[in-house]
Amino acid sequence: MTMRFRQADWSEPLIFELSKEGRMGHMLPELEPEIEGEIPTEELVPESIYRTKDSGLPEVSEIQVLRHYMHLSQMNYGVNSGKIYPLGSCTMKYNPIINEIMAGHPKITGIHPLQTPESTQGVLKMLYNLKQYFLEVTGMHDATLQPSAGAAGEWTGMMTMRAYHKDNGELDKRTEVIIPDSAHGTNPASAVMAGFKTVEIASNKHGMVDLEALNAAVGPNTAGLMLTNPNTIGVFESEIKEISKVIHDAGGLMYYDGANLNAIMGWCRPGDMGFDIIHSNLHKTFSTPHGGGGPGAGPVGVKDFLAPFLPVPDIVENEGKYTLDWDKPKSIGKVHGFHGNVGVSLKAYTYMITMGGSGLKESSELAVLNANYVGRILEKEKGYALTYDPEKPRKHEVVLSAGPMLEDTGVSALYVSKKLLDYGLHAPTTYFPLIVPEALMIEPTESEPIEALDDFIEAMKEINDLAYNEPEEVLSAPHNTAVGKLDEARAAHPRTICLSWRKYCQLKLGD
Amino acid sequence: MSKIHPYLPNSVPEIKEKMMEKIGIDSIDELFSDIPKEFIYDKTLDIPGPKSEVEVKRHVSELLEENKTLKTPPFLGGGVWPHYVPTVVDEVVHRAEFLTSYTPYQPEISQGILQAVFEYQSLVCELVGMEVTNSSLYDWATAVGEAALMSSRITRKDKVLVPDLMSPYRLSVLKTYTEPAGIKVEMIDHDPITGLLDLEDLKEKNDDKTAMVYIENPSYMGFAEERAEAIGELTHETKALYVVGVDPTSLGLLEPPGEYDADIVCGEGQPLGNHMSYGGPLLGILSCKHDNRFIRQMPGRIIGVTETLTDHRQGYVMTLATREQHIRREKATSNICSNQALNAVTAGVYLALMGSQGMKELSETIMKKAKYAQKKIGELPGVRAPIFNSFHFKEFTVNFQYKTLKEVNAALHAQGIEAGIPLNGDFDFGETALYCVTEIHTKEDIDLLVSTLKEALEG
Repeated sequence: MTMRFRQADWSEPLIFELSKEGRMGHMLPELEPEIEGEIPTEELVPESIYRTKDSGLPEVSEIQVLRHYMHLSQMNYGVNSGKIYPLGSCTMKYNPIINEIMAGHPKITGIHPLQTPESTQGVLKMLYNLKQYFLEVTGMHDATLQPSAGAAGEWTGMMTMRAYHKDNGELDKRTEVIIPDSAHGTNPASAVMAGFKTVEIASNKHGMVDLEALNAAVGPNTAGLMLTNPNTIGVFESEIKEISKVIHDAGGLMYYDGANLNAIMGWCRPGDMGFDIIHSNLHKTFSTPHGGGGPGAGPVGVKDFLAPFLPVPDIVENEGKYTLDWDKPKSIGKVHGFHGNVGVSLKAYTYMITMGGSGLKESSELAVLNANYVGRILEKEKGYALTYDPEKPRKHEVVLSAGPMLEDTGVSALYVSKKLLDYGLHAPTTYFPLIVPEALMIEPTESEPIEALDDFIEAMKEINDLAYNEPEEVLSAPHNTAVGKLDEARAAHPRTICLSWRKYCQLKLGD
Repeated sequence: MSKIHPYLPNSVPEIKEKMMEKIGIDSIDELFSDIPKEFIYDKTLDIPGPKSEVEVKRHVSELLEENKTLKTPPFLGGGVWPHYVPTVVDEVVHRAEFLTSYTPYQPEISQGILQAVFEYQSLVCELVGMEVTNSSLYDWATAVGEAALMSSRITRKDKVLVPDLMSPYRLSVLKTYTEPAGIKVEMIDHDPITGLLDLEDLKEKNDDKTAMVYIENPSYMGFAEERAEAIGELTHETKALYVVGVDPTSLGLLEPPGEYDADIVCGEGQPLGNHMSYGGPLLGILSCKHDNRFIRQMPGRIIGVTETLTDHRQGYVMTLATREQHIRREKATSNICSNQALNAVTAGVYLALMGSQGMKELSETIMKKAKYAQKKIGELPGVRAPIFNSFHFKEFTVNFQYKTLKEVNAALHAQGIEAGIPLNGDFDFGETALYCVTEIHTKEDIDLLVSTLKEALEG
């Protein structure tokens, strides 16, 4: 192995195990005598609701808390601290520092969502402008920034679809949403949460929407189609015009899952392709950090005729003044307690003007170039194959199958991923999409310099050689991460399941 | 673009050409040749930029400066509250390894965030008195929505009962969540003197169709629901689930819902070290009992303890994924994927810093400061504070007899003070607003609010 990597391993105890009675990690200001008052606290609180038992939180001093979390951070891998994070469908591009600095500005962190619009013109103007930029990239007519994540955006979009059919008096009839078998799992889950049934259609031999299957599935019960384009094997659905016509002719709506928007910015726009509703993930395409699982943000764009159904309130501009418009009688209601993940929106705004229209287009081009570069070179390796029309260009991601390797050597995609970690490289998305056996879904993004791509390629080649010559080396991975391969079945087993410190004490300490 | 953008390392022409040559193409356009011509966007996207960092910083700062400078932290709550964020919290959550990681799909290289989130789950369990907490929903409002869906799945019933004084924002989200599932939302009356839930009305409406009885403690109006235990007993008579929404900063003083037999706890984790940021990102808390019926129906990610396969060292993984959308697709318990994980880590760091004694002191400090403000404001002529005769925690209602809210708030704004959420649009209490005081407000802040109000009322 030419690349060397060793992740920190602090064997860090749980924060509860660091506790010593009486220690404090933070000090509150002393109360003035007038505020402290004469009456003891326990006499102020009604007895029936007064907390008598100690909360059981650990008591740890400030430096111990800081070091504890510093140690934990060193046992984690981020796109800004690692080497490459080619997690397909997740668009792990560089998370610019300037975004964080701006989102930490006291004039955003200290703003309450129910302040008057007169005192919050800056943030309202930012959100309004972000909405315009979003509409420009996507080719839609109106949008909401309220959904907190991609899936929340999908659901908001499907609720909009529901409200539209209801408004037409057709909801009783239009109960089915058509979804290709290559779709993200959130698509069917979001459709069901919006009250629809899902109809799955198999992809054709090109990994694309099968027009025949679509025609067979569509009918008077069709509410709409959910589609991502380019799709999850990274190929552009070039029959999009025909697909769109089939759905629209049947009275359905076209929903665009914007998870893959990073492939096409400035090249083409979902709105122009016939999509009526879209969501996009600000934490993918627009560079906001994912924080180990969120917060994200999932703005939803629609065509004009669907605008009345979007969530309240809307941000509107009138002669340079920004206000909140609650007067939308057909609105689906609120989808977040306030205005969504505004701090995330500010980071996306900062990113958009850092790139500009031309920079966004160049980003997409380089994301596509990087993916094709990796894919073209690696498909030549014996153990990897590019399924579905290998000669066709991919967009932002390329899905390799480790099927040949599994057959020849017994080493599966899972172990290729685990072995990559030993090089200090993050693994691709594994076993998705479902239509590719032993899938390794690689999305390098435009952020990766050619050196990082070459390192990744080199590691993938070495793993291929190892699989054929010393498979045990791959099957025993990872070795260089904080811990070795973990027992996932044990975590879910009824006898060993442990989801909190309380349970931990019962199980491990016999407490 | 004429300049090489700092975010685009391969935009250097020589590098690009080398890469194209390697994969056998002459131009980037070839990679986009499968997009039908009619859909090719032939203009440049109309978005300003590219801008240099110095320009961006100045532009965004100037934009944010258009937000008015206030003389005190806002006296506003209602689901997002101004609280002090200890510096250690921000330091930890800005670590690139946490901040810029994805969902920990590869647990061996992601033990840091997995342990931090497991600790968040555990810390919240201690605070609310439950055994299981998921690793986050978007906010309190969506947590109530998910709790209603979860209750309906567990009980196979389709009616939820909520207090008529619940937050209108949370109510709106609850209705959006439950409408497609055919769940009916019904309101329970309150006692006009105390504001507490009307137990007779609860008895009448709680029947064999009830999936969930929901209360907020403290209530949206700021008072504690003193009869929480009795409400739980009534709820369980029909085998409905008892769901309690909490403000975690109250739980140093107030009984945790686990102690009065709540089945599910939801709440807002924002005050635990998360900045307000105009209402997001927030942190939806969802906790339940360690009961298979509940755990299997829980939405969202859950982290569990396990060990390594070969040397049996302790480690952490995402678990019970068979409930989730990426495995179960249309049969998943929820569509949630990205959540508020970093905000959960934030809350974990905050709770670790505060500890048991710190949370107790925090609750006491908040309660006493709010009590002081409530007393001073209540002494002003033509003012009633609060309108309900109950124990209040950090928020309280203020009714103005001789002035409209519009007049009062205009006078406050003119002096750089934001205070009092107007309640007159959503409730029938006349000119009444909801005030909030926390540990972040000094005595001087409160005195300034009172003197400004006094002038407004005399004017």
